[in-house]
Amino acid sequence: VLSVQVMCVQIKCFHEIITIGYNVYHSYDLPWFRTLSWYFLLCVNYFFYGETVTDYFFTLVQREEPLRILSKYHRFISFTLYLTGFCMFVLSLVKKHYRLQFYMFGWTHVTLLIVVTQSHLIIHNLFEGMIWFIVPISCVICNDIMAYMFGFFFGRTPLIKLSPKKTWEGFIGGFFSTVLFGLLLSYVMSGYRCFTCPVEFNNDTNSFTVDCEPSELFQLQEYNIPVLLQSLLGWKTVRMYPFQIHSIALSTFASLIGPFGGFFASGFKRAFKIKDFANTIPGHGGIMDRFDCQYLMATFVNVYIASFIRGPNPSKLIQQFLTLRPDQQLHIFNTLKAHLVDRGVLGSLEDA
Amino acid sequence: EVDLEERLHELDLRSDSDIPDVPPPTDSTPEILKKALSGLSARWKNWWIRGILSLAMISGFFLIIYLGSFMLMLLVLSIQVKCYHEIITIGYRVYHSYDLPWFRSLSWYFLLCVNYFFYGETVADYFATFVQRREQLQFLIRYHRFISFALYLIGFCMFVLSLVKKHYRLQFYMFAWTHVTLLITVTQSHLVIQNLFEGMIWFLVPISSVICNDITAYIFGFFFGRTPLIKLSPKKTWEGFIGGFFSTVVFGFIFSYFLAQHQYFVCPVEYNSETNRFVTECEPSELFQMKKYSVPPLLQAVLGWETVNMYPFQMHSFALSTFASLIGPFGGFFASGFKRAFKIKDFADTIPGHGGIMDRFDCQYLMATFVHVYITSFIRGPNPSKLLKQLLILQPEQQLSVYKTLKSHLVEKGILQPSLRG
Repeated sequence: VLSVQVMCVQIKCFHEIITIGYNVYHSYDLPWFRTLSWYFLLCVNYFFYGETVTDYFFTLVQREEPLRILSKYHRFISFTLYLTGFCMFVLSLVKKHYRLQFYMFGWTHVTLLIVVTQSHLIIHNLFEGMIWFIVPISCVICNDIMAYMFGFFFGRTPLIKLSPKKTWEGFIGGFFSTVLFGLLLSYVMSGYRCFTCPVEFNNDTNSFTVDCEPSELFQLQEYNIPVLLQSLLGWKTVRMYPFQIHSIALSTFASLIGPFGGFFASGFKRAFKIKDFANTIPGHGGIMDRFDCQYLMATFVNVYIASFIRGPNPSKLIQQFLTLRPDQQLHIFNTLKAHLVDRGVLGSLEDA
Repeated sequence: EVDLEERLHELDLRSDSDIPDVPPPTDSTPEILKKALSGLSARWKNWWIRGILSLAMISGFFLIIYLGSFMLMLLVLSIQVKCYHEIITIGYRVYHSYDLPWFRSLSWYFLLCVNYFFYGETVADYFATFVQRREQLQFLIRYHRFISFALYLIGFCMFVLSLVKKHYRLQFYMFAWTHVTLLITVTQSHLVIQNLFEGMIWFLVPISSVICNDITAYIFGFFFGRTPLIKLSPKKTWEGFIGGFFSTVVFGFIFSYFLAQHQYFVCPVEYNSETNRFVTECEPSELFQMKKYSVPPLLQAVLGWETVNMYPFQMHSFALSTFASLIGPFGGFFASGFKRAFKIKDFADTIPGHGGIMDRFDCQYLMATFVHVYITSFIRGPNPSKLLKQLLILQPEQQLSVYKTLKSHLVEKGILQPSLRG
């Protein structure tokens, strides 16, 4: 259900930014152009969803013959679809409007890059475990709100010429509150399996399940408090989830770099002389206005997970393995076996 | 001082008339050529210059092929950097933004970041043994994505901090221009290099098919051209298009036939850590072993043969040549439209008679992506050594479960005998 929501937000953001492009360039009546933008959005979404679906619904896909073919030649099919759009664009070039059309083409592609890739990274994070979706997004929102409140009560030194309302006091106050908030929220969420387990598709029940043995990230551990803080807090050790340490990294990013996404959007609005992206939400402006700070957060979380939390997805590896030739499969199998024996994980005799 | 913001806002962007015409490019033909051709009329002189330069480029290309894959990789890299530079320079000219603070440095910085990211991914794959030995490289590889992202973020933040009050829109335009250019030039060049590592034939045949299609379509158009193809490029004709298609297919067939016989072209490029060189030595895959094919009855009458000995690769070359002839020209039309939109005759004057590097490579644009997608979809699956590397990074419990799954699969398929010591 959440993925459907993410998808809707993505489509709305895309629509908002493209509409701004139309307004800037007075190009609403360009032949074909509206159709082409939506077509490209469809293509890129098809490509990304196809990749995700193949990874996570592997067994389901293997069972259904048409799905299997679609997934085997997925890249080729997506590329062909994109090419069709590209050729239509070239054929639609009209003599007096070349530049406009190229601008809109460029505008569409940059928007796709920003909006669609971010939304797919969010969905990847979501499948990793809802906590990886909820904690980052809440940290950004919390930072927004806290920075505003601190700025309101204590704000004195302006932060950046671009957004005159932001102040250093708000920035720093927001930073500390967000880190604290992140720690507390992760503590509460780590206790529940429905948040910490990767989302899996159960073939037997044909539904999504979040049931697993919580990984060590989500098991309480004793940490020694550094000497400096001991006197402050009065405790010698503290029981925390390892995930909370990661939440510090996430909150720090949300507070320090997230605002740059906001400045980017402010600069964009100033550049194109618009007050808000759209009027979808009364009092808040468009959807993009709410999500501008999230922009970089999703990418960061995804890169963070891939670099520090887990390696590649084992089921994806198995899937790739099965497409290799038998001699390659045997070679890899033997190398893996030797490695496992080496590490002592596998005894030198076969065990069931 | 004229407020650039206001000026841009007032421009009527509905027509293309507000772009100032670019002054005619300086003539960069070398003196010696000029002297030799001084007797000819202007039209023939242009022909000769183009012809000589084409020959020079093609010979240079052959020389570099001879020198090996590493030189080819460097060549691809230099072409990429030059294309990027050409397109960015056009952007500066269009927007009169050459003096924007920071912007030139930022464009080059982003180019560096994206190249670092892509080269890190490819280099790590192919130089696995080399990398394993060095401790510092190990660290860089393990956290490669994170490091690349951090570098990109720094550039992004610098961009935000560099926004200057009166030039917001210009700066955003240049930011977007940079990103689209990166998307076009850098990703293509890396796909080209990946194709190259698959086997030089996957690099040579597509590129030559596009060049051949260019040349033969021009020749057919010159001699037989009558029906215009598309309003965008008035010089292109249907006769040229169709003639070019058939000649390119035939050329592809013949060229692949010759290349498929040499291991140098057919084998995946590997890095030999002992000799510290690139080697292309292997057992040619079945794609490059002669097979007997039955000629379909329709062609039997025409050719008079019942069976023919061909390399399976030649069937693939048929697909590649078809793409080069049918879709490649769209890349050319795209570039023509782009030049018309921004009122430039050529991308730059790097090559006398031919214009800039981009002019030569505009049709290649989509070809590299197609070849890459084609290879991954139809020719081979994922790279085994990359797969192995990823397996080794997994947690021991995950490795064990993967091991068990693989074992049961292999036993099922009869590849592995179920015995006590497998």
